[in-house]
Amino acid sequence: MPAVVLSVNGRPRSVDAPADETLLSVLRNRLELTGAKYGCGEGQCGACMVLLDGQAMPSCQIPVSEAAGKKIVTIEGLVENGRLHPVQAAFLEEEAFQCGYCTSGMIVASVALLKTNANPSAEDIVGTLARNVCRCGTHPRILAAVQSAARKGPAK
Amino acid sequence: MSSRRDVDRDAELAQHEVPSLHWFALDRRRFLRLFGGGIAVGLAAPGAGVLRAQESGRARESHELPKDLAAWLHIDKDGRVTVFTGKVEMGQNIRTSLSQQVAEELRVSVDAIQMVMGDTDLCPWDAGTFGSRTTPTMGPQLRAVAATAREALVDLAARRWKVSRDGLVAENGKIVDTAAKQSLSYGELTRGEKLVRTLPADTAAVAVSPAAKWKVAGTRVPKVDGRDFVTGAHKYPSDTSRPGMLHGKILRPIAFEATLVSLDAAGAEAMPGVKVVRDGDFTGVVAPDLYTAELAVAALASGAKWKETPGQPSNATIFEYLKKNADAGATERSEPRITGSVDQGLASADVKLSQSYTVQYIAHAPLEPRAAVAEWNGDKLTVWTGTQRPFAVREELATAFRMPGENVRVLIPDTGSAYGGKHTGDAAVEAARLSKAAGKPVKVVWTREEEFTWAYLRPAGIIEVRGGARKDGTLVAWEFHNYNSGPAGIATPYDVANQKIQYHPVKSPLRQGSYRALASTANHFARESHMDELAHEVGMDPLAFRLKNLSDARLKAVFEAAADKFGWSKRKPQPGRGFGIAGGNEKAGYIALCAEVEVDKASGVVHIRRVGAAFECGAVVNPDGLRNQVEGAIVQGIGGALFEAIRFADGRLLNPHFAQYRLPRFSDVPPIDLVLLDRKDLPSAGAGECPIVALAPAVASAMFEATGKRVRGLPLEGLGNPS
Repeated sequence: MPAVVLSVNGRPRSVDAPADETLLSVLRNRLELTGAKYGCGEGQCGACMVLLDGQAMPSCQIPVSEAAGKKIVTIEGLVENGRLHPVQAAFLEEEAFQCGYCTSGMIVASVALLKTNANPSAEDIVGTLARNVCRCGTHPRILAAVQSAARKGPAK
Repeated sequence: MSSRRDVDRDAELAQHEVPSLHWFALDRRRFLRLFGGGIAVGLAAPGAGVLRAQESGRARESHELPKDLAAWLHIDKDGRVTVFTGKVEMGQNIRTSLSQQVAEELRVSVDAIQMVMGDTDLCPWDAGTFGSRTTPTMGPQLRAVAATAREALVDLAARRWKVSRDGLVAENGKIVDTAAKQSLSYGELTRGEKLVRTLPADTAAVAVSPAAKWKVAGTRVPKVDGRDFVTGAHKYPSDTSRPGMLHGKILRPIAFEATLVSLDAAGAEAMPGVKVVRDGDFTGVVAPDLYTAELAVAALASGAKWKETPGQPSNATIFEYLKKNADAGATERSEPRITGSVDQGLASADVKLSQSYTVQYIAHAPLEPRAAVAEWNGDKLTVWTGTQRPFAVREELATAFRMPGENVRVLIPDTGSAYGGKHTGDAAVEAARLSKAAGKPVKVVWTREEEFTWAYLRPAGIIEVRGGARKDGTLVAWEFHNYNSGPAGIATPYDVANQKIQYHPVKSPLRQGSYRALASTANHFARESHMDELAHEVGMDPLAFRLKNLSDARLKAVFEAAADKFGWSKRKPQPGRGFGIAGGNEKAGYIALCAEVEVDKASGVVHIRRVGAAFECGAVVNPDGLRNQVEGAIVQGIGGALFEAIRFADGRLLNPHFAQYRLPRFSDVPPIDLVLLDRKDLPSAGAGECPIVALAPAVASAMFEATGKRVRGLPLEGLGNPS
């Protein structure tokens, strides 16, 4: 198996994995980065979302070979010097989770949204997060958390 | 009436109870070995008899804890508090709410407490985390245990200082003698002590703080370990990893009731590191990595020939099937309960209605599917999994492998939700079987399709109702028959002199089991819809009609609070836009909910525009956590109300994927205006289930007002092709 070199959370990582193994499987099973979750394996729930060159993508739909050469940021890579990303901080403050299994994907999707749209309307947020499932029904708080993160702006 | 309700509740609980096989006397030395000194306080489980602390006697060398305990609390020589409970955390926030209650009684901060939950080696036996039982039972039990520990600390301090205990108080993790201006921290008091105290199951004699005086309980305390959930650090069952771990996959039949005729395993076995395991009707593979395991099981599937069982029911025939096969398993709980005479009541009624209501099978669809990691060490088995019933899963494993339960340890990392759907240990048994064959730890994580197909479903049901009322709105007759969906919430809270209510069990063609609030959602849908229909027939406002026939003050209070919050009296229906109200009680909680909906005339698509709701469950333990639970239940209720349904035919599910089985998403969620009534004078009740029951009937009634057409089946948008 040829090694694939990935850039994960700012670090080069070399993994032995078949070219068509999903990025999600590689992150979880070969790189011990379990923050991205398996929810459906079909790109329908968003629990596995990671940033790929800044865009939120379902990692269960990305063959690892396609991720090579791109900057991959997972939920674990959002903390900087021990400080939570403003979106993480807002989710924590609003307690925008119950079981928390969707939270990584929700945060990653929201980080990508705020990067391109610093002041999203409620409709913008609902539209973006349409790809993410929260089965516990925490939607009102997630919406509030993203709005709060937008209000406070990017980290200084 | 209350004893009848108890029968219901006990029957429900009995569905899940696994009777305990052994009682061992409490062995003080074993606990001290486990805890290494300090103070340990245990609470006897109900029915366990008198608990005796044995000074001598043979200690069993197994790691089994006595089964006659309900909970344990330990304070070590450094003052650290550890609480052991068999309950598990899966998003309902009990790790936090139970910590608050312990902190309240022990007079320490919440972060001084560590909860060890659902570890069958360390925690006392527990039937499981279901039925909204944690708050009303485990909460008071832990408060009593914590209060006992606090008083034991006061006694220790009194002895140490040689003073009367009367002048001593516990505060901020210390015992303080205010008169003498001296204090000792809990650690200073417990150091060198080896004290074991037990208290009887009936904790009435233990003085605990009344809710009106709570300082930590009753307040917004953030979720314990909340940071780990936003950083991805929290390890769920499916995140568990063990050194040398392999990955497993199971060969699933192509349909329900299909049997394997022949299997060509050569392709799978030729793959590097792959082992095929066959045992009875079980076939699975292990491989060094998930990718290879998936390829191997796909190869097995293509080499498998199956014999199918024809003639299995489908959505089109299910309700007929349920009625035809009713009462096969009749028991005490399926006896009709009769008050007065329904026929005489109907004879005196001005308005009489007879209608049928239906609910389809739906899936829990917990976002984390079933998962387990199993590891054998000699004849000892350890399994990490997500289940609501760790001790029942331990028994399931012991039975499957014909081994003593004390050789099995089950651990439950805080789990990615369950909603009543994780009572069984299927993935645990599968991982353990594969691990036994492989001689290495094995992880099994179900795919979404497996989760839909091979877990179990919320029962489908048909409910037949006959109701009668007089012109003035007095309800005079009520007959209610539930086929298959269940007895929970079957009783009506309204005052009716003439009643006949009956649950008819059926052997379900699809694997079914408990789901958040059990049958209460179906029974509330039928009852509240029928109440709405009667109100329209007598020409009364649906709220006024309910209140006229209601003497339950708590239910009245939530109806009035919800109506007030929503502005029920000021609503203005118009074509295509309507309003509905519904309410009820379940598991000692009370919910009322108003909904405004818009129905698209051309497509029939229903948009819930806003919801106003009121909920009451006694004294609130954590208002923020409670709000999260109640809103969540309402949102989850939207799916079952409008569009969730398992479609099935010929022994197959036709929509076992999120692309086909529609779940509530952001655009489906309306603004929810929620009032929580905090009744500090009443015992705290659980809130995981009750708030889901009122959404569907409120929306159905609002749809009727919007369109003039009554829909009597869930999901209300029908079975049509999901968008």
